[in-house]
Amino acid sequence: MEREVGTFRVKAGLAEMLKGGVIMDVTTPEQAVIAERAGAVAVMALERVPADIRAAGGVARMADPRIVREIMDAVTIPVMAKARIGHFVEAQILEALGVDYIDESEVLTPADEQYHIDKSKFKVPFVCGARNLGEALRRIAEGAAMIRTKGEPGTGNVVEAVRHARTVNAEIRRVVAAPEDELGTIAKEFGAPFELVREVHELGHLPVVNFSAGGIATPADAALMMQLGVDGIFVGSGIFKSQDPEARARAVVRATTHFQDPAVLAEVSAGLGEAMPGIEISQIAPAERMQERGW
Amino acid sequence: MLKALGADVRYVKRRDDLEDLDGIVLPGGESTTIGMLLEEYEIAPVLRKGDLPIYGTCAGMILMADEIEGSDQPRLGVMRMAVRRNAFGRQRESFEEAIDAAGVEGGPLRGVFIRAPFVTEVGPDVEVLGHVDGKIVLCRQGRFLASSFHPELTDDRRLHQYFLEKVVSGAPHLA
Repeated sequence: MEREVGTFRVKAGLAEMLKGGVIMDVTTPEQAVIAERAGAVAVMALERVPADIRAAGGVARMADPRIVREIMDAVTIPVMAKARIGHFVEAQILEALGVDYIDESEVLTPADEQYHIDKSKFKVPFVCGARNLGEALRRIAEGAAMIRTKGEPGTGNVVEAVRHARTVNAEIRRVVAAPEDELGTIAKEFGAPFELVREVHELGHLPVVNFSAGGIATPADAALMMQLGVDGIFVGSGIFKSQDPEARARAVVRATTHFQDPAVLAEVSAGLGEAMPGIEISQIAPAERMQERGW
Repeated sequence: MLKALGADVRYVKRRDDLEDLDGIVLPGGESTTIGMLLEEYEIAPVLRKGDLPIYGTCAGMILMADEIEGSDQPRLGVMRMAVRRNAFGRQRESFEEAIDAAGVEGGPLRGVFIRAPFVTEVGPDVEVLGHVDGKIVLCRQGRFLASSFHPELTDDRRLHQYFLEKVVSGAPHLA
Protein backbone atom coordinates (compact mmCIF):
# COMPACT_ATOMS: atom_id res chain seq x y z
CA MET A 1 0.00 0.00 0.00
CA GLU A 2 1.16 3.54 -0.80
CA ARG A 3 2.62 5.60 1.98
CA GLU A 4 1.36 9.20 2.05
CA VAL A 5 3.50 11.82 3.74
CA GLY A 6 2.44 15.32 4.80
CA THR A 7 -1.32 14.80 4.36
CA PHE A 8 -3.60 17.38 5.94
CA ARG A 9 -4.73 14.70 8.41
CA VAL A 10 -1.16 14.13 9.54
CA LYS A 11 -0.57 17.89 9.83
CA ALA A 12 -3.76 18.70 11.72
CA GLY A 13 -3.29 15.47 13.67
CA LEU A 14 -0.12 16.69 15.38
CA ALA A 15 -2.04 19.75 16.62
CA GLU A 16 -4.73 17.37 17.93
CA MET A 17 -2.03 15.62 19.95
CA LEU A 18 -0.96 18.94 21.52
CA LYS A 19 -4.49 19.70 22.74
CA GLY A 20 -4.77 20.55 26.42
CA GLY A 21 -1.09 21.40 26.49
CA VAL A 22 1.26 24.37 26.71
CA ILE A 23 3.73 25.44 24.01
CA MET A 24 6.55 27.64 25.32
CA ASP A 25 8.84 30.16 23.61
CA VAL A 26 12.51 29.33 24.21
CA THR A 27 15.69 31.01 23.00
CA THR A 28 18.35 28.53 24.17
CA PRO A 29 18.70 24.72 24.51
CA GLU A 30 18.81 25.21 28.30
CA GLN A 31 15.43 26.95 28.27
CA ALA A 32 14.06 24.21 26.02
CA VAL A 33 15.09 21.58 28.56
CA ILE A 34 13.45 23.56 31.38
CA ALA A 35 10.25 23.76 29.31
CA GLU A 36 10.29 20.03 28.55
CA ARG A 37 10.91 19.09 32.19
CA ALA A 38 8.06 21.36 33.24
CA GLY A 39 5.71 19.42 30.95
CA ALA A 40 5.49 21.60 27.83
CA VAL A 41 4.04 19.65 24.88
CA ALA A 42 6.21 21.58 22.41
CA VAL A 43 8.60 24.51 22.28
CA MET A 44 8.84 27.47 19.92
CA ALA A 45 12.48 28.13 19.01
CA LEU A 46 13.24 31.86 18.78
CA GLU A 47 16.18 34.23 18.90
CA ARG A 48 14.29 36.66 21.10
CA VAL A 49 10.98 36.42 22.95
CA PRO A 50 8.28 38.88 21.84
CA ALA A 51 8.86 41.26 24.77
CA ASP A 52 12.49 41.66 23.69
CA ILE A 53 11.54 41.98 20.02
CA ARG A 54 9.15 44.74 21.02
CA ALA A 55 11.86 46.46 23.07
CA ALA A 56 14.55 46.12 20.40
CA GLY A 57 12.46 47.43 17.49
CA GLY A 58 13.85 47.12 13.96
CA VAL A 59 13.15 44.17 11.69
CA ALA A 60 12.52 40.82 13.39
CA ARG A 61 13.32 37.76 11.25
CA MET A 62 13.43 33.96 11.37
CA ALA A 63 15.83 32.66 14.04
CA ASP A 64 19.37 31.61 13.17
CA PRO A 65 19.14 27.96 11.98
CA ARG A 66 21.95 27.10 14.38
CA ILE A 67 19.80 28.08 17.36
CA VAL A 68 16.84 26.14 15.96
CA ARG A 69 19.01 23.06 15.44
CA GLU A 70 20.53 23.26 18.92
CA ILE A 71 17.07 23.40 20.42
CA MET A 72 15.90 20.45 18.27
CA ASP A 73 18.87 18.44 19.55
CA ALA A 74 18.18 19.33 23.18
CA VAL A 75 14.61 18.01 23.52
CA THR A 76 12.42 15.10 22.35
CA ILE A 77 9.16 17.09 22.21
CA PRO A 78 8.10 18.82 18.94
CA VAL A 79 9.97 22.00 18.02
CA MET A 80 8.21 24.86 16.25
CA ALA A 81 9.81 27.93 14.71
CA LYS A 82 8.57 31.21 13.30
CA ALA A 83 8.73 32.52 9.74
CA ARG A 84 7.73 36.05 8.75
CA ILE A 85 4.26 36.49 7.25
CA GLY A 86 4.58 35.83 3.52
CA HIS A 87 8.26 34.80 3.71
CA PHE A 88 7.97 31.41 2.05
CA VAL A 89 11.74 31.02 1.77
CA GLU A 90 12.18 31.28 5.55
CA ALA A 91 9.52 28.57 5.69
CA GLN A 92 11.43 26.43 3.16
CA ILE A 93 14.54 26.77 5.33
CA LEU A 94 12.65 25.77 8.47
CA GLU A 95 11.20 22.77 6.64
CA ALA A 96 14.68 21.75 5.49
CA LEU A 97 15.86 21.97 9.11
CA GLY A 98 13.12 19.51 10.03
CA VAL A 99 11.15 21.63 12.50
CA ASP A 100 7.83 20.02 13.42
CA TYR A 101 5.58 23.08 12.96
CA ILE A 102 6.07 26.49 11.34
CA ASP A 103 4.41 29.53 12.87
CA GLU A 104 3.74 32.15 10.20
CA SER A 105 3.85 34.83 12.81
CA GLU A 106 2.91 38.45 13.29
CA VAL A 107 5.54 38.59 16.06
CA LEU A 108 8.13 38.90 13.28
CA THR A 109 8.14 41.79 10.82
CA PRO A 110 5.94 40.87 7.83
CA ALA A 111 7.78 40.19 4.56
CA ASP A 112 4.63 40.57 2.46
CA GLU A 113 1.79 42.93 3.28
CA GLN A 114 -0.53 41.40 0.71
CA TYR A 115 -0.07 37.63 0.61
CA HIS A 116 0.44 34.98 3.24
CA ILE A 117 2.47 31.84 2.55
CA ASP A 118 0.79 29.13 0.44
CA LYS A 119 1.03 26.61 3.24
CA SER A 120 -0.52 23.72 1.35
CA LYS A 121 2.76 23.41 -0.62
CA PHE A 122 4.70 22.25 2.44
CA LYS A 123 5.03 18.85 4.11
CA VAL A 124 5.51 20.54 7.47
CA PRO A 125 2.32 21.88 9.06
CA PHE A 126 1.71 25.57 9.81
CA VAL A 127 0.06 27.41 12.68
CA CYS A 128 -1.20 30.96 12.06
CA GLY A 129 -2.62 33.76 14.17
CA ALA A 130 -6.17 35.08 13.91
CA ARG A 131 -8.27 37.75 15.62
CA ASN A 132 -11.61 36.54 14.32
CA LEU A 133 -13.28 33.68 12.49
CA GLY A 134 -12.80 35.14 9.01
CA GLU A 135 -9.06 35.52 9.53
CA ALA A 136 -8.84 31.96 10.91
CA LEU A 137 -10.70 30.51 7.93
CA ARG A 138 -8.58 32.48 5.43
CA ARG A 139 -5.46 30.94 6.97
CA ILE A 140 -7.00 27.45 6.92
CA ALA A 141 -7.89 27.97 3.24
CA GLU A 142 -4.18 28.69 2.62
CA GLY A 143 -3.32 25.40 4.31
CA ALA A 144 -2.85 26.21 8.02
CA ALA A 145 -3.38 23.05 10.10
CA MET A 146 -3.67 24.86 13.42
CA ILE A 147 -4.85 28.31 14.52
CA ARG A 148 -3.92 30.42 17.51
CA THR A 149 -5.78 33.54 18.45
CA LYS A 150 -3.29 36.41 18.30
CA GLY A 151 -3.69 38.37 21.49
CA GLU A 152 -1.03 41.05 21.79
CA PRO A 153 2.40 39.37 22.04
CA GLY A 154 5.05 40.45 24.51
CA THR A 155 2.70 42.43 26.74
CA GLY A 156 1.91 40.03 29.59
CA ASN A 157 -1.61 41.46 29.24
CA VAL A 158 -4.29 38.87 28.54
CA VAL A 159 -6.99 41.33 27.45
CA GLU A 160 -6.42 40.98 23.71
CA ALA A 161 -6.23 37.18 23.92
CA VAL A 162 -9.63 37.26 25.64
CA ARG A 163 -11.05 39.64 23.05
CA HIS A 164 -9.93 37.41 20.17
CA ALA A 165 -11.12 34.16 21.73
CA ARG A 166 -14.51 35.69 22.54
CA THR A 167 -14.79 37.12 19.03
CA VAL A 168 -14.06 33.75 17.41
CA ASN A 169 -16.53 32.03 19.74
CA ALA A 170 -19.28 34.57 19.08
CA GLU A 171 -18.80 34.34 15.33
CA ILE A 172 -18.85 30.53 15.44
CA ARG A 173 -22.11 30.67 17.40
CA ARG A 174 -23.55 32.96 14.74
CA VAL A 175 -22.49 30.63 11.91
CA VAL A 176 -23.87 27.60 13.72
CA ALA A 177 -27.21 29.28 14.48
CA ALA A 178 -27.68 30.74 11.00
CA PRO A 179 -29.96 28.97 8.53
CA GLU A 180 -28.10 27.52 5.59
CA ASP A 181 -29.33 30.10 3.09
CA GLU A 182 -27.64 32.88 5.09
CA LEU A 183 -24.17 31.27 5.13
CA GLY A 184 -23.15 32.78 1.80
CA THR A 185 -23.76 36.30 3.02
CA ILE A 186 -21.93 35.58 6.28
CA ALA A 187 -18.99 34.20 4.28
CA LYS A 188 -18.89 37.42 2.28
CA GLU A 189 -19.09 39.55 5.41
CA PHE A 190 -16.28 37.58 7.14
CA GLY A 191 -14.19 37.47 3.97
CA ALA A 192 -13.98 33.70 4.43
CA PRO A 193 -14.37 30.85 1.92
CA PHE A 194 -17.96 29.64 1.76
CA GLU A 195 -16.98 25.95 2.00
CA LEU A 196 -15.16 26.54 5.28
CA VAL A 197 -18.03 28.61 6.71
CA ARG A 198 -20.33 25.72 5.87
CA GLU A 199 -17.93 23.29 7.55
CA VAL A 200 -17.99 25.39 10.76
CA HIS A 201 -21.81 25.44 10.53
CA GLU A 202 -21.84 21.64 10.44
CA LEU A 203 -19.04 20.95 12.93
CA GLY A 204 -19.92 23.62 15.49
CA HIS A 205 -16.25 24.52 15.86
CA LEU A 206 -13.18 25.40 13.78
CA PRO A 207 -12.07 22.55 11.49
CA VAL A 208 -8.62 22.63 13.16
CA VAL A 209 -7.29 22.98 16.70
CA ASN A 210 -7.32 26.52 18.13
CA PHE A 211 -4.84 27.61 20.80
CA SER A 212 -4.61 30.95 22.59
CA ALA A 213 -1.54 33.19 22.42
CA GLY A 214 -0.36 36.71 23.08
CA GLY A 215 -0.28 38.02 26.64
CA ILE A 216 -0.64 34.94 28.84
CA ALA A 217 1.56 35.48 31.91
CA THR A 218 0.06 33.52 34.82
CA PRO A 219 -1.49 30.09 35.50
CA ALA A 220 -4.82 31.88 36.00
CA ASP A 221 -4.49 33.51 32.55
CA ALA A 222 -3.95 30.06 31.01
CA ALA A 223 -6.97 28.59 32.81
CA LEU A 224 -9.07 31.62 31.84
CA MET A 225 -8.36 31.01 28.16
CA MET A 226 -9.05 27.29 28.54
CA GLN A 227 -12.40 28.03 30.22
CA LEU A 228 -13.18 30.34 27.30
CA GLY A 229 -12.93 27.24 25.15
CA VAL A 230 -9.52 27.26 23.46
CA ASP A 231 -7.74 23.93 22.96
CA GLY A 232 -4.38 24.88 24.48
CA ILE A 233 -1.93 27.65 25.29
CA PHE A 234 1.10 29.36 23.79
CA VAL A 235 3.21 31.21 26.36
CA GLY A 236 5.78 33.54 24.88
CA SER A 237 7.55 35.99 27.09
CA GLY A 238 5.44 34.99 30.11
CA ILE A 239 7.75 32.18 31.25
CA PHE A 240 11.33 33.31 30.68
CA LYS A 241 10.68 36.98 31.45
CA SER A 242 9.37 36.08 34.90
CA GLN A 243 11.34 35.83 38.11
CA ASP A 244 11.28 32.02 38.43
CA PRO A 245 10.77 30.49 34.95
CA GLU A 246 10.97 26.87 36.07
CA ALA A 247 8.27 27.18 38.73
CA ARG A 248 6.07 29.30 36.49
CA ALA A 249 6.41 26.88 33.57
CA ARG A 250 5.34 23.97 35.77
CA ALA A 251 2.43 25.97 37.18
CA VAL A 252 1.12 27.05 33.76
CA VAL A 253 1.18 23.42 32.54
CA ARG A 254 -0.76 22.21 35.58
CA ALA A 255 -3.24 25.09 35.35
CA THR A 256 -3.87 24.28 31.70
CA THR A 257 -4.58 20.61 32.48
CA HIS A 258 -6.73 21.34 35.56
CA PHE A 259 -8.30 24.53 34.21
CA GLN A 260 -11.68 23.70 35.70
CA ASP A 261 -10.39 22.95 39.18
CA PRO A 262 -9.95 26.18 41.22
CA ALA A 263 -8.39 24.25 44.13
CA VAL A 264 -5.56 23.04 41.88
CA LEU A 265 -5.27 26.54 40.37
CA ALA A 266 -4.91 28.09 43.83
CA GLU A 267 -2.24 25.56 44.75
CA VAL A 268 -0.14 25.97 41.61
CA SER A 269 -0.44 29.78 41.56
CA ALA A 270 1.13 30.19 45.01
CA GLY A 271 4.65 31.49 45.51
CA LEU A 272 5.74 31.86 41.89
CA GLY A 273 7.52 35.20 42.38
CA GLU A 274 7.06 38.15 40.06
CA ALA A 275 5.29 37.65 36.75
CA MET A 276 6.70 39.44 33.72
CA PRO A 277 6.10 43.20 33.84
CA GLY A 278 3.00 43.95 31.78
CA ILE A 279 2.08 46.66 29.29
CA GLU A 280 -1.28 48.41 29.13
CA ILE A 281 -2.52 48.00 25.54
CA SER A 282 -3.51 51.69 25.21
CA GLN A 283 0.16 52.56 25.80
CA ILE A 284 1.11 50.81 22.56
CA ALA A 285 0.63 52.98 19.47
CA PRO A 286 -1.74 51.28 17.00
CA ALA A 287 1.07 50.98 14.43
CA GLU A 288 3.14 49.08 17.02
CA ARG A 289 0.45 46.46 17.70
CA MET A 290 1.60 43.13 16.35
CA GLN A 291 -1.96 41.82 16.06
CA GLU A 292 -2.62 44.27 13.20
CA ARG A 293 -0.06 42.47 11.03
CA GLY A 294 -1.56 40.07 8.48
CA TRP A 295 -5.14 40.36 7.27
CA MET B 1 -15.27 7.45 19.05
CA LEU B 2 -15.93 5.26 22.12
CA LYS B 3 -19.12 7.26 22.69
CA ALA B 4 -20.23 6.48 19.14
CA LEU B 5 -19.72 2.80 20.01
CA GLY B 6 -22.11 3.12 22.94
CA ALA B 7 -19.64 3.50 25.81
CA ASP B 8 -19.94 6.09 28.59
CA VAL B 9 -16.83 8.22 28.47
CA ARG B 10 -15.14 10.61 30.88
CA TYR B 11 -11.85 12.48 31.04
CA VAL B 12 -9.44 11.22 33.66
CA LYS B 13 -7.21 13.94 35.14
CA ARG B 14 -6.85 12.76 38.73
CA ARG B 15 -7.16 9.61 40.79
CA ASP B 16 -10.84 10.09 41.70
CA ASP B 17 -11.80 10.12 38.03
CA LEU B 18 -10.76 6.45 37.78
CA GLU B 19 -13.58 5.25 40.01
CA ASP B 20 -15.80 2.54 38.46
CA LEU B 21 -14.07 2.61 35.08
CA ASP B 22 -14.03 -0.60 33.01
CA GLY B 23 -11.18 0.56 30.83
CA ILE B 24 -9.07 3.58 29.98
CA VAL B 25 -7.55 5.02 26.81
CA LEU B 26 -4.17 6.69 27.00
CA PRO B 27 -4.27 9.05 24.05
CA GLY B 28 -1.62 10.48 21.81
CA GLY B 29 0.29 13.52 22.93
CA GLU B 30 3.65 13.99 24.53
CA SER B 31 4.58 10.97 26.61
CA THR B 32 6.91 13.09 28.76
CA THR B 33 4.04 15.42 29.72
CA ILE B 34 1.41 12.72 30.21
CA GLY B 35 3.77 10.48 32.20
CA MET B 36 4.63 13.32 34.57
CA LEU B 37 0.98 14.24 35.18
CA LEU B 38 -0.04 10.56 35.65
CA GLU B 39 2.45 10.37 38.52
CA GLU B 40 1.67 13.74 40.11
CA TYR B 41 -2.08 13.21 40.17
CA GLU B 42 -1.66 9.62 41.44
CA ILE B 43 -3.17 7.87 38.46
CA ALA B 44 -0.05 5.88 37.57
CA PRO B 45 0.07 3.66 40.71
CA VAL B 46 -3.52 2.54 40.12
CA LEU B 47 -2.93 1.70 36.45
CA ARG B 48 0.33 -0.05 37.32
CA LYS B 49 -1.60 -2.61 39.40
CA GLY B 50 -2.68 -3.98 36.02
CA ASP B 51 -6.38 -4.60 36.73
CA LEU B 52 -7.81 -1.93 34.43
CA PRO B 53 -7.82 -2.64 30.68
CA ILE B 54 -5.80 -0.01 28.82
CA TYR B 55 -5.63 1.00 25.16
CA GLY B 56 -2.68 3.26 24.42
CA THR B 57 -2.15 5.06 21.11
CA CYS B 58 1.23 6.57 20.21
CA ALA B 59 2.26 8.31 23.45
CA GLY B 60 0.02 5.86 25.27
CA MET B 61 1.97 2.96 23.76
CA ILE B 62 5.22 4.50 24.98
CA LEU B 63 3.89 4.87 28.51
CA MET B 64 2.75 1.23 28.60
CA ALA B 65 6.16 -0.17 27.63
CA ASP B 66 8.52 -1.27 30.38
CA GLU B 67 11.50 -0.14 28.32
CA ILE B 68 11.83 3.17 26.44
CA GLU B 69 15.05 3.42 24.40
CA GLY B 70 17.46 5.98 25.80
CA SER B 71 14.98 7.51 28.23
CA ASP B 72 14.32 7.40 31.96
CA GLN B 73 11.02 9.29 31.70
CA PRO B 74 8.09 8.26 33.94
CA ARG B 75 6.04 5.34 32.58
CA LEU B 76 3.51 2.69 33.58
CA GLY B 77 5.60 -0.21 32.27
CA VAL B 78 2.68 -2.63 32.22
CA MET B 79 3.67 -4.30 28.94
CA ARG B 80 6.80 -6.40 28.44
CA MET B 81 8.17 -4.57 25.44
CA ALA B 82 10.76 -2.03 24.35
CA VAL B 83 9.76 1.02 22.30
CA ARG B 84 11.66 3.63 20.34
CA ARG B 85 10.23 7.16 20.42
CA ASN B 86 9.87 9.22 17.22
CA ALA B 87 11.06 6.05 15.51
CA PHE B 88 9.86 6.95 12.02
CA GLY B 89 11.33 10.47 12.21
CA ARG B 90 10.07 13.96 12.91
CA GLN B 91 6.79 15.54 11.77
CA ARG B 92 8.08 15.96 8.20
CA GLU B 93 8.25 12.15 7.97
CA SER B 94 4.81 11.54 9.54
CA PHE B 95 2.57 9.47 7.25
CA GLU B 96 -0.55 7.45 6.56
CA GLU B 97 -0.45 3.84 5.43
CA ALA B 98 -2.73 0.79 5.38
CA ILE B 99 -2.15 -1.71 8.21
CA ASP B 100 -3.30 -5.31 8.27
CA ALA B 101 -4.43 -5.90 11.85
CA ALA B 102 -4.74 -9.47 13.08
CA GLY B 103 -8.08 -10.03 14.79
CA VAL B 104 -9.71 -6.97 13.18
CA GLU B 105 -12.03 -8.01 10.36
CA GLY B 106 -13.05 -6.06 7.26
CA GLY B 107 -9.75 -5.27 5.56
CA PRO B 108 -6.77 -3.11 6.50
CA LEU B 109 -6.92 -0.14 8.89
CA ARG B 110 -5.79 3.32 7.81
CA GLY B 111 -2.75 3.89 10.04
CA VAL B 112 -2.07 7.55 10.83
CA PHE B 113 1.49 7.83 12.19
CA ILE B 114 2.51 11.14 13.78
CA ARG B 115 6.06 11.29 15.12
CA ALA B 116 5.16 7.73 15.98
CA PRO B 117 7.02 5.13 18.03
CA PHE B 118 7.46 1.47 17.15
CA VAL B 119 8.13 -1.60 19.25
CA THR B 120 11.64 -3.00 18.99
CA GLU B 121 11.28 -6.05 21.24
CA VAL B 122 8.46 -7.95 22.89
CA GLY B 123 8.24 -10.37 25.80
CA PRO B 124 6.67 -13.85 25.46
CA ASP B 125 3.21 -12.68 26.60
CA VAL B 126 2.89 -9.99 23.96
CA GLU B 127 0.89 -10.86 20.88
CA VAL B 128 1.95 -8.90 17.78
CA LEU B 129 -1.07 -7.81 15.73
CA GLY B 130 0.30 -5.45 13.09
CA HIS B 131 3.46 -4.28 11.29
CA VAL B 132 4.65 -1.51 9.02
CA ASP B 133 8.06 -1.72 7.32
CA GLY B 134 8.53 -4.94 9.32
CA LYS B 135 8.26 -2.94 12.58
CA ILE B 136 5.70 -3.77 15.27
CA VAL B 137 3.03 -1.08 15.44
CA LEU B 138 0.09 -2.92 17.03
CA CYS B 139 0.23 -5.41 19.88
CA ARG B 140 -1.61 -6.80 22.86
CA GLN B 141 -0.72 -8.32 26.18
CA GLY B 142 -3.85 -9.60 27.94
CA ARG B 143 -5.88 -6.57 28.91
CA PHE B 144 -3.41 -4.11 27.38
CA LEU B 145 -3.65 -3.00 23.76
CA ALA B 146 -1.16 -0.61 22.15
CA SER B 147 -0.89 1.01 18.71
CA SER B 148 1.74 3.35 17.24
CA PHE B 149 -0.95 4.98 15.10
CA HIS B 150 -4.11 7.00 15.70
CA PRO B 151 -7.39 5.34 14.64
CA GLU B 152 -9.21 8.20 16.42
CA LEU B 153 -8.09 10.53 13.60
CA THR B 154 -10.03 8.43 11.07
CA ASP B 155 -13.69 7.42 10.82
CA ASP B 156 -12.78 3.78 11.31
CA ARG B 157 -13.99 2.56 14.72
CA ARG B 158 -12.90 -1.05 14.42
CA LEU B 159 -9.88 -0.92 16.68
CA HIS B 160 -11.81 0.84 19.44
CA GLN B 161 -14.55 -1.72 18.97
CA TYR B 162 -11.94 -4.46 19.32
CA PHE B 163 -10.79 -2.83 22.57
CA LEU B 164 -14.32 -2.67 23.98
CA GLU B 165 -15.43 -6.13 22.86
CA LYS B 166 -12.31 -8.28 23.03
CA VAL B 167 -10.19 -6.51 25.65
CA VAL B 168 -12.54 -4.73 28.09
CA SER B 169 -15.47 -7.17 28.00
CA GLY B 170 -13.15 -10.15 27.96
CA ALA B 171 -11.05 -8.99 30.90
CA PRO B 172 -11.51 -10.94 34.09
CA HIS B 173 -12.47 -8.24 36.60
CA LEU B 174 -11.40 -8.56 40.18
CA ALA B 175 -14.39 -8.92 42.44
